[in-house]
Amino acid sequence: MSKPSRFILHSLYAAVVLFASVFHPLAEAAEVLVYTALEDDQIPRYLESFKQQHPEIQVKIVRDSTGIVTARLLAEKANPQADVVWGTAATSLLILEQEGMLEPYAPKGVERILPQFKDTAHPPRWVGIDAWETGFCINTMEMEKNKLPAPQSYADLIKPEYKGHITMPNPASSGTGYLTISAVLQLMGEKAGWEYLDRLHDNIAIYTHSGSKPCKMAGAGEFPIGISFGYRGIIQKQKGEPILTVFPKEGSGWDLEANALVKKTAIKPEAKVFLDWAISEPAMKEYAKSFAIVAAPTVDPVPEGFPKEPMKQLIKNDLHWAAKNRSAILDEWTRRYGAKSEPKK
Amino acid sequence: MDLDRLIKGGLIVLVCLWMTVAVVFPVLELLVRSLSNAQGEFTGLANFSRYFRTPALAGSLTNSLTVSLITTMVSVSLGFLFAYALTRTAIPGKTLFLGIAMVPVFAPTLLNGIVLVYLFGKKGVVTTGAFGLLERVTGMALRADIGLYGPVGIILAEAFYTFPQVVLILSIALRMTDARLYEAAQSLGASPWRSFISVTLPGIRYGLISAVFVSFVLCFTDFGAPKVVGGNYNVLATDIYKQVIGQQNFSMGATVSVILLIPTVIAFAIDRFCQGRQQAVVGTGSVPYSPRRHPLRDALFLTYCIVISCAVLCFLTTAFFVSLVNVWPYDFTLTWKHYHFHDTGGGGYAAFFNSVRMSFYTALLGTCLTFGSAYLLEKLQETPLLRRIGYFLSIIPLALPGLVIGLAYIFFFNNPHLDLPFFPAGIPNPFNFLYGTMGILILCNIVHFYTVSFLTATTALKQLEKELEMVSESMGVPFYRTCFRVTVPVCLPAILEIALYYFVNSMATVSAVIFLYSAEIPLASVAVANMDDAGDVAPAAAMSMLIVFTNILVRLVYTLLTRSLKQSAQAWTAP
Repeated sequence: MSKPSRFILHSLYAAVVLFASVFHPLAEAAEVLVYTALEDDQIPRYLESFKQQHPEIQVKIVRDSTGIVTARLLAEKANPQADVVWGTAATSLLILEQEGMLEPYAPKGVERILPQFKDTAHPPRWVGIDAWETGFCINTMEMEKNKLPAPQSYADLIKPEYKGHITMPNPASSGTGYLTISAVLQLMGEKAGWEYLDRLHDNIAIYTHSGSKPCKMAGAGEFPIGISFGYRGIIQKQKGEPILTVFPKEGSGWDLEANALVKKTAIKPEAKVFLDWAISEPAMKEYAKSFAIVAAPTVDPVPEGFPKEPMKQLIKNDLHWAAKNRSAILDEWTRRYGAKSEPKK
Repeated sequence: MDLDRLIKGGLIVLVCLWMTVAVVFPVLELLVRSLSNAQGEFTGLANFSRYFRTPALAGSLTNSLTVSLITTMVSVSLGFLFAYALTRTAIPGKTLFLGIAMVPVFAPTLLNGIVLVYLFGKKGVVTTGAFGLLERVTGMALRADIGLYGPVGIILAEAFYTFPQVVLILSIALRMTDARLYEAAQSLGASPWRSFISVTLPGIRYGLISAVFVSFVLCFTDFGAPKVVGGNYNVLATDIYKQVIGQQNFSMGATVSVILLIPTVIAFAIDRFCQGRQQAVVGTGSVPYSPRRHPLRDALFLTYCIVISCAVLCFLTTAFFVSLVNVWPYDFTLTWKHYHFHDTGGGGYAAFFNSVRMSFYTALLGTCLTFGSAYLLEKLQETPLLRRIGYFLSIIPLALPGLVIGLAYIFFFNNPHLDLPFFPAGIPNPFNFLYGTMGILILCNIVHFYTVSFLTATTALKQLEKELEMVSESMGVPFYRTCFRVTVPVCLPAILEIALYYFVNSMATVSAVIFLYSAEIPLASVAVANMDDAGDVAPAAAMSMLIVFTNILVRLVYTLLTRSLKQSAQAWTAP
């Protein structure tokens, strides 16, 4: 063998050895791969009872924000990786359902789940575990400084004194933004709804690209009023931020965190075990510590900061209507407010 | 001789092959999607016409061009002065200054966003005059609201982000020069200004064009900064974010991505045009340039470097402070508790060490691959067409936002079957095994940061005459020996910079790997995004600081380890 080719062979060999050391084979033990958009700090607490009941099953979690999890699931459509989707927005699951990516499955105890919180098909393609709803995050310290009362309703938000103090998620970027827009349109009807949004737009300082961002900005005092969701404001208050969470008087738009079985060639029995557990009593009790509304009624008290009768806070929301009209509403929204690019004074 | 030619040709084919798998296939996937509807049916240019009919588009396009042009002007001028100070003046502390200049790429962009808001936001330290403290102490209204949310914020963030990349490319270009040219200029009686115009600028023309190109395209395609501080100022890159993450509309996302590629292709054409006229600066008879003292000039440049460094350090200090404060801006008690990561998600220290491992492999494999490819494409004479294609492919990754690379990689590598033109049934995807391993994270990082590294390598290589190869070839010395004996040692500074660049960027990047990491391999930068998402800003800042400190440490080790190495390998540059 001539010198150059031996040299190249050796380099190639070194490269292959180096490269091979980078991979490790995937273990094939009893395990279930779960994609979720639940909050990171909730997951270990939720999973405790699963680990006690099923020590033999290893749960592997991939957690990201709703948009990323959904995008990833859709992108992996040709060869789905996840076994189960856990605690991810029902509106996202509706998209997966349209793509035929969900396997209908009725987990044990599904009859305990309230009918409006699960898919109407039998067996259901997705099952809700809790609901999250529009809430205003209000920085009490900044409001005091500006001598402004806390807005209590959608109607309050369009008052001139709040001009430039409000942020809300861009509905084209964020599911939370969309659920609030769709709630306004469902509450007031299309015509009055858009007129309201026109006036709201005049008061908005900026639209953000994430649903929790308005609340975080409120917490940091950047803009004192953030249209966000209830859980966000309550958790920030617990962390020591001067945040008051207001649930609008007219009622809140809402969405579900829901579970589903992913359709793939080899569906693991462990995936079904996980879904059974995910709506079981012990799991629901844990969800109820974070959320006022869980999909199967529990006797646990509503967490502090939420309305005492949380179900009454929810508007009559048609998730299918919201999903079907989404792209038309977003087009209209973008036409009206999206093109306006200059930041407002 | 023939075997030699065969090997050379084969190596170039290999370069094109790996670029095909890592760049062409994913980009093809993107093109196909931009021409299909959400159901995957072919719809021709329907997406493009729909997008161009959207009234918001004209605004986004103008906005993107505006901020990118201004950013490029700002960061190339600042970066040029800085690089010039480091290479052509006799100021002390050059290593330190270069190290500080690199800091902006050490941190996840999210941290840059957090710090900008904490400095210049409505409640920022600058905006409120250190929360009214300055006013109380000095009696003057020392505060300034720069109107962060909007173009100002984007330009500030992008200039900060692209500055180190410009410095990197320009300082390598400026370092490689032939002192004889300056001696000649001097003996012909040229003024310093004249020799700057007729010797310095032409000598670094290629590096300058690369720097302009890199900072323009980086700014044009980045959505991190506009997302955090852009306010209601729409740019093309955030349009992709809205389509892909907000509405899961991959077809429209792909469409906007393809539109983003257009300026890159134009820039590539300009680049080729200029490059055709480029002459090598460092020849076999070159004498390295070593700056002589010049008190006034040195003092001015020293001041300039100190000012820039202070700005960067101030930024870093703020970030560190954020990670130590209990509740910003209401409770300034200092605490280390945010560094525990007990009650936050994201994987804590396990994620951190995964990132270190990943970045190490990326630096190692990436540097070999990049320098090797650049060498083969630049220095060999064989198969000019293939080399030109290879060069073009190397430029493409810069124009791909990380988000797009991440998704394209899922589409391509996760698919168990490849649909090839002449195989109607498709073939099993030989690269599918990579999916879900650290291998795909490494490959993705290499591709994501390929172009800047490639341009760095090419800039260094271009400044060596091709004569070297021709002479050694005529003397029967095989090309690889010339490469290892001459080219690699001479280009060592560039090679080490590339390795460092890969390492620090892989530590900090989020956008591409967020789609590709698996449950077993959580990453530090993804943990930062997730913690920030959960509202844990201080722990997110703490994890970012761990990343920054690691990168600084690596940078220090690199400086110490290579100093002696450089001295021996680069003895020729000594006066």
